Amino acid sequence: MVYPYIPHTEEDRKMMLSSIGLQSIDQLFEGLGEELQLSDSVPISHGRTEDEVQRMIDSIAQRNVRGIPFLGCGCYDHIIPATVKSLSSLPSFVTAYTPYQAEMSQGLLQAIYEFQSMICEITGMDVANASLYDGSHAASEAASLMIGAKRKSSTVLVSSTIHPFILAVLTTWAKGTDRTIRILKEKEGVVDLSILDAELDESCAGLIVQSPNRYGLLEDYSSVSETLHSHGCLFAILSDPLSLAIQKSQAEWGADIAIGDTQSLGLTLAFGGPSCGYMAVTESLMRRIPGRIVGATTDAQGRRGFTLTLQAREQHIKRERATSNVCSNQALAALMTTIHLSSLGWSGMVEAANQSYAKAHYLAYHLAQLPGITLIWDKPFWCEFPLVFSDAKKMRKFLQELRNEGIFAGVRLAALTRQAKDELVLLVAVTEKRSREELELYLAAARRVMK
Amino acid sequence: MSKIVQDLRYSKDHEWVRIEGEKAYVGITDHAQHELGEIVFVELPPLGERYAKGEEISTVESVKAASAILNPLEGKVLEANEDLDGSPELINEDCYAHHLYVLTDCKLDDYHALMDAKGYEAYLNTL
Amino acid sequence: MSEPLLIDMSKIGRKAYCFPPLDLPRGFDQALPSLPASLSRQKPARLPEVAELDVVRHFTRLSNLVHGVDNGMYPLGSCTMKYNPKIAEHIAGMSEFTQIHPLQDISTVQGCLSVMYNLLEDLSSITGMSWGTLQPCAGAHGEYTGLKMIRAYFLKQGESKRNKVLIPVSAHGTNPASAAVNGFDVVSVASDERGLVDLEDLASKLDDSVAALMLTNPNTLGLFEQDILVISRMVHDVGALLYYDGANLNAILGMATPGDMGFDVLHLNLHKTFSTPHGGGGPGSGPVMVNTRLRPFLPKPDIELTDSGYVYHWENEDSIGKVSMFWGNFLVLLRAYVYILRMGSEGLRAASRHAVLNANYLAAKLAPVLRIPYGKHCMHEFVVSCSDLLQQYGVSAQDIAKALIDEGYHPPTMYFPSLVSEALMIEPTESESVESLDAFAETLIRLVKRAQEDPASLKAAPVTTVVGRLDEVKAVKEPNLRY
Repeated sequence: MVYPYIPHTEEDRKMMLSSIGLQSIDQLFEGLGEELQLSDSVPISHGRTEDEVQRMIDSIAQRNVRGIPFLGCGCYDHIIPATVKSLSSLPSFVTAYTPYQAEMSQGLLQAIYEFQSMICEITGMDVANASLYDGSHAASEAASLMIGAKRKSSTVLVSSTIHPFILAVLTTWAKGTDRTIRILKEKEGVVDLSILDAELDESCAGLIVQSPNRYGLLEDYSSVSETLHSHGCLFAILSDPLSLAIQKSQAEWGADIAIGDTQSLGLTLAFGGPSCGYMAVTESLMRRIPGRIVGATTDAQGRRGFTLTLQAREQHIKRERATSNVCSNQALAALMTTIHLSSLGWSGMVEAANQSYAKAHYLAYHLAQLPGITLIWDKPFWCEFPLVFSDAKKMRKFLQELRNEGIFAGVRLAALTRQAKDELVLLVAVTEKRSREELELYLAAARRVMK
Repeated sequence: MSKIVQDLRYSKDHEWVRIEGEKAYVGITDHAQHELGEIVFVELPPLGERYAKGEEISTVESVKAASAILNPLEGKVLEANEDLDGSPELINEDCYAHHLYVLTDCKLDDYHALMDAKGYEAYLNTL
Repeated sequence: MSEPLLIDMSKIGRKAYCFPPLDLPRGFDQALPSLPASLSRQKPARLPEVAELDVVRHFTRLSNLVHGVDNGMYPLGSCTMKYNPKIAEHIAGMSEFTQIHPLQDISTVQGCLSVMYNLLEDLSSITGMSWGTLQPCAGAHGEYTGLKMIRAYFLKQGESKRNKVLIPVSAHGTNPASAAVNGFDVVSVASDERGLVDLEDLASKLDDSVAALMLTNPNTLGLFEQDILVISRMVHDVGALLYYDGANLNAILGMATPGDMGFDVLHLNLHKTFSTPHGGGGPGSGPVMVNTRLRPFLPKPDIELTDSGYVYHWENEDSIGKVSMFWGNFLVLLRAYVYILRMGSEGLRAASRHAVLNANYLAAKLAPVLRIPYGKHCMHEFVVSCSDLLQQYGVSAQDIAKALIDEGYHPPTMYFPSLVSEALMIEPTESESVESLDAFAETLIRLVKRAQEDPASLKAAPVTTVVGRLDEVKAVKEPNLRY
């Protein structure tokens, strides 16, 4: 009997068993005891050949519908050079383990070092780690870091304008522990920083904000870092890394922690995963950053080499003293981001960011002219903007009409917040990948419905 | 054989304490520095802060391990040994000559509850 | 040949990629509101400005300085480095999946939901559990999720003083870290002379302040915890729960289920047992499966199958909430699903049987030269001790490991579990043929002989790689973490 991916012949089995002094593989499982041993495997279906599997998957795949996505909210359809898929599919990258044996993993370690460097450059920070699961994980690790850094603190302030799902993950993070998150309310679509000083007490370890925020709006963090630092608190900013090509970097705002998701840099939509979280900090927080870090050093002959370093912070040494439990990260996804950034360069990043900005403003401008749709706030945004409809029926018709044209018109805010008050809000994302044709198709359909 | 100095007192977590007038000097023992290997970094507590007995007050790191230092007696941090900033390996060279930090305004009951040299030696033999 | 940093090959004016020109009406272009200076970035970032061929050569050369399962045997204990099927890679690249946005209308993502739902059904059967969640992105993330559910369960029961989690000393480091991150106090449980959980020690530590015991079975010595049914009874008798770390599931696939053993909650490592590629350290996936007791606490949304297709179910009040940005690492889930479809029930059972056969065959070959301190037979992995070599010849487990690199092998896991001194944990997996095992055994035996005759040569290893042993002390004391 030949099984997939198992090379043993009947002869092999016989010979191997006899060299162990046994007659049957069953004897090796006797320790399981009669009560636990299954007589006949688990009740799932029989195995299939590659061809049968492909047919089955093809028929499942047909139940997905693709469209032109004007969808954002943490996952964006940007242009990805062909180099990304091609180079990240090289077999040794794909099938390698974590580079604990540095001498034979220099290629991977160097790629991670380059990733860390590029994240530092983009955010303006001093030290970046090798990646985290996604933006929401980066946020919860930032919250843990803040509390660990300030004695007797137990609260983290969080802007109500961060992504609703990141807020949900932070809420879960605090559940059942003695930590709390406290929401800093919004005002006219952006976080209300006028009340920040009053909210900062002894128990507060820091503030987490997001720009562009959940509505796509860019926020102004002037004086925030001074206020926070004067209370011994830390400042973390979540930002889409591509937006940093044109908006102020986290370092330029005086933040201590830069976090976010690199999905918009080289990762496909992929139904939301895998993604890739990033975290970069100022030098003074270097020993508190969670996750893996690669450093450059030399060998006995003075040759430069790379190795996992500052490992004392990681879970496999500190064990229950660790402040984070992260082990696997998103290495291959981070590699895709590295290849993407290497292919774009800074000039490419600026180009992509500027085009996204221009196209989004074009669409927003013309949509706002239509009766029954309003751009909620007249505030700066990058490539995503919030529209409000005057009534639900029109909104449904709008979405359906665009769907008929093969367009996914936007994300309904209520789908994220699950709140009735958000029912009439649509978040529309426009990236550099949306062609003029697609934009005009969108507008034509919109005009038909909303006239 | 682990080196133990006579007139110090010792905790179960391998810290030593020396009282000099109003001050209490705290460091790690030979057993601890040996277990850690070459020490590469020491995180020292902020001055003026008060720490309870048993509270995590410092971390001593080598390449492979990180040891949490649990404060052996309640007190207020008066000094942190800044020599360790540039040369943490001084602890490996002579762990009794190089303290981590100094406390003042201490709870002397905590000091007396620690093991003497004989007691620590006996304790090491049980490990 | 070592490879320079790409930034060092940078030349302003070189472009690897060209965007199409911005195509908007001229009038609009000029009327475009510019971003206020107060919000605009000031300082440009320094990224490589190179040609496409530079990018291609750079990463291709870097990939030549990496060793994957596709290159050679990877006997890393506890990691299950089995072959990653190409068909799974191919399917994970299908645009019918990669081009689907997570927030598309549910009627347009029935294919993705079908994969996830079917996977949950299969994983439930494979583990003997009731249902689960696919949100966690890694094993440690799964532990975090499972422990949070355990906490929620006890809070709901009004038992807020259940603050302890018991963990064997031999457990993987993520176990106590995950417990600590969730605010639990960690209490170690000792092993007995068999290398298994010490029942007396366990009994002395079980009381109504314990929330859970975390175990992996077989344990990190590759030994099956034969008293597991007794342990399960002891734990449940004090009202605590039993958590299964699924890292070693490859030993019992299709032969036994954690559900039958009495576990209440477990996490799986799809990048171990279910052959999704390790990718150099991720992305992985750590689904959490539970029995009916913990089902109400699963993260939301759940996926339900109704008459009109798959829907998200957000209404479970007792859910712990969300643990991931979206729905989990979908492309990893897809690969695991493909693997399960390929293997089927008989294939999965064959996988564990051959993994265990391979480990025992290899152990028998090595036993004459390397001491295996625990167990007569092992399951899918075993631990050897190099302490005799260290005592007699000054050659450590690390020296043997580094010498293996020169022989073209990735070394086994070193210095874990700490129960065994100078440990090397070896897990061949079912992917390796008998020829492959013979070659590895022969190499190790040769190295042991060399340790006895010429220990200095091992201490200098590796010598064939692009760099030798690196100064890790310098890396920590003089951190250089970016260009």
